[in-house]
Amino acid sequence: MLLKILQILVFNIIFLSTIYLAFKKAKQIYSNIQLGKAMKKDGSTNERIKNVLLIAFGQQKMFQNILPAILHFCIYVAFIITQIELIEIFIDGAIGSHRLLYHTFDDNHIFHFLYVGTISFIEILSVLAFIATIAFLSRRNLLKLPRFTKPELKGWPTKDANLILLFEIYLIACIFSMNIADQAMHIQEHGEGYGFLISGMIAPALSHLSYTLLHVWERIGWWGHIIGVFGFMLYLPHSKHLHILLAFPNTYFAKLTPKGQLSNLEAVTKEIKIMMNPDTAFAAPTEADATPVKFGAKDVFDLNQKHLLDAYTCTECGRCTSACPANQTGKKLSPRKIMMDTRDRLEEVGKNIQANGGQFVDDQKSLLSYITVEELRACTTCNACVQECPVLINPLDIIMELRRHLILEESNSPEEWNGMFSNIENNSAPWQFSQQDRLKWEEN
Amino acid sequence: MEKIKTVAEMAANGETPEILFWVGCAGSFDARAIKITRAFTKILQHLNINFAVLGKEEGCTGDPAKRAGNEFAYQMAAHTNIEILNAYEIKKIVTTCPHCFNILKNEYPELGGQYEVVHHATYLQELIDAGKIKIQGGGSFKGKRITFHDSCYLGRANDIYEAPREVLAILDAELVEMKKSKKNGMCCGAGGAQMFKEDEPGDARINAVRTEQALEVNPDIIAAACPFCMTMLSDGVTAKDKQKEVRVFDLAELIAHGQGLDSIL
Repeated sequence: MLLKILQILVFNIIFLSTIYLAFKKAKQIYSNIQLGKAMKKDGSTNERIKNVLLIAFGQQKMFQNILPAILHFCIYVAFIITQIELIEIFIDGAIGSHRLLYHTFDDNHIFHFLYVGTISFIEILSVLAFIATIAFLSRRNLLKLPRFTKPELKGWPTKDANLILLFEIYLIACIFSMNIADQAMHIQEHGEGYGFLISGMIAPALSHLSYTLLHVWERIGWWGHIIGVFGFMLYLPHSKHLHILLAFPNTYFAKLTPKGQLSNLEAVTKEIKIMMNPDTAFAAPTEADATPVKFGAKDVFDLNQKHLLDAYTCTECGRCTSACPANQTGKKLSPRKIMMDTRDRLEEVGKNIQANGGQFVDDQKSLLSYITVEELRACTTCNACVQECPVLINPLDIIMELRRHLILEESNSPEEWNGMFSNIENNSAPWQFSQQDRLKWEEN
Repeated sequence: MEKIKTVAEMAANGETPEILFWVGCAGSFDARAIKITRAFTKILQHLNINFAVLGKEEGCTGDPAKRAGNEFAYQMAAHTNIEILNAYEIKKIVTTCPHCFNILKNEYPELGGQYEVVHHATYLQELIDAGKIKIQGGGSFKGKRITFHDSCYLGRANDIYEAPREVLAILDAELVEMKKSKKNGMCCGAGGAQMFKEDEPGDARINAVRTEQALEVNPDIIAAACPFCMTMLSDGVTAKDKQKEVRVFDLAELIAHGQGLDSIL
């Protein structure tokens, strides 16, 4: 009895502190994203919901490549369905019951059938998820797939990826320990197990063990699993794994206009209108004109909230980078690195703000301390990275904002581009041809 | 080729063309792209389509400036072009350049330039569907292998994948797809203003890699629908010293040849 009360106490303390810490971190991520400029939403809400259903829920874009898609889908479905079992585990932990849902409806055969069916289904999915996890681990560590061995993954990102996979194996092992030992106990008490499909096959072989041993085993499995779940909740916001949650808002907020369409900088449009209008061109500047306008992005504050959400959503799978023509030809640019750098810088800025009582204190750094000019210059704006992303992240948009800053704010441009710009400005063609000769092609 | 009418000349007679043929800078000045411009013009003239060009009044759309990051140069160019297009009350634009197509169609409207913009791949496909372009006996392409290289600004940027393939289909040639095509097609290396500067350090040139992918399917002809892809792929083929066996042509050139308006083979 004392042990039971102790367990309830420990569970609730861990549970509440986890919720508190996870909520605090979530709030921090939310306010970090709020540091970006407001995003423009185009298209209809229906279209956005359709994207969430097809691309986030249905994982439509993963299925470009069938084998990894199926493996990933196993883990995904196992994760979702396990949440049902988790509800009972939470209730059991909070009030000290044992398989509360099963015992609440002790005499209801239909309910028992559903319960056993659900747990059996979860067990099947867990085995599939286990196989998928092993495949993913070997793909990273034995097969060394090119996209998993790029320089930006050196160090922590590789550890992060492996850690998550090992974590999944740990959780699966715990849940099976729990179910197997629990059923072996059930056999000793009632002559038969609950009837769970996979653990039910193994349990009879262990039913000869002492009840105490089985009970301890079951408790280790139960506690190991729930502590693992709490650990996962706390680890998640620090890892690349946030896509399991953020894929949903990210697909919702993704742009619906053609991929080729870049935004027009409104600040530039305004300036040109003033310049072109003889009434305003020479007028004295008004109060409103005095606020300095920034063109493009130098730091995370200059990006919009979708860019920042993109950065947190990225799970560093590297499909973008393997499709990038610049990366394929040995250039420094990697769209994945753009996303990782954006997130790293955003986290750094967030911590800076926290440490300085809600005010950002200039740290002599910017996003451009992470991303080099050479990387930005290598982009062909071909949209291959955008096309590839299974969760509708747009690395090209960030690249373009940074490019705009380089040119418009720093006049940092290769000589050849300067020539091209002045040709466009002076003779309306990127090359040095006279506009007067634009019909010469007619003459052959 | 008959004399080309300019929009200004038509306006002087109180006329507006049904279609403005937006030639683009490459189409106006690049020696190779001029052949595409001429081939497309011959098709339009042959079909008696009421079209005109802006001629000396046409200016760069600003695409390379914008993609390089120079929004100012782009919007200045756009502003000038939109004033001219609106002054002539242009309704429909056809262009042989996917970069011009993309920016006119997607980025000009917000700045006050709203037109129906069609790329010539789609336009040719519409003419074929309407039965206006017919090729007797498939032209002289029988037995030739053609592979189509998707331009990023036509394909991924605007989801146009089928129109160019349907145009090629009437040539009665054998169409072969590269390993990477349509949505997964690889860039030729020219976009994003790369055309106008040296490559960043790396271990290969993008156009060389893309050309290798095209050559893998043993084509007689690599078909393109973009003057910049044309330059990149032609250079790639020449660098491999395959220019005698493998030719790079634009859709318009292939159709003009098939109709006996041009001779390219």
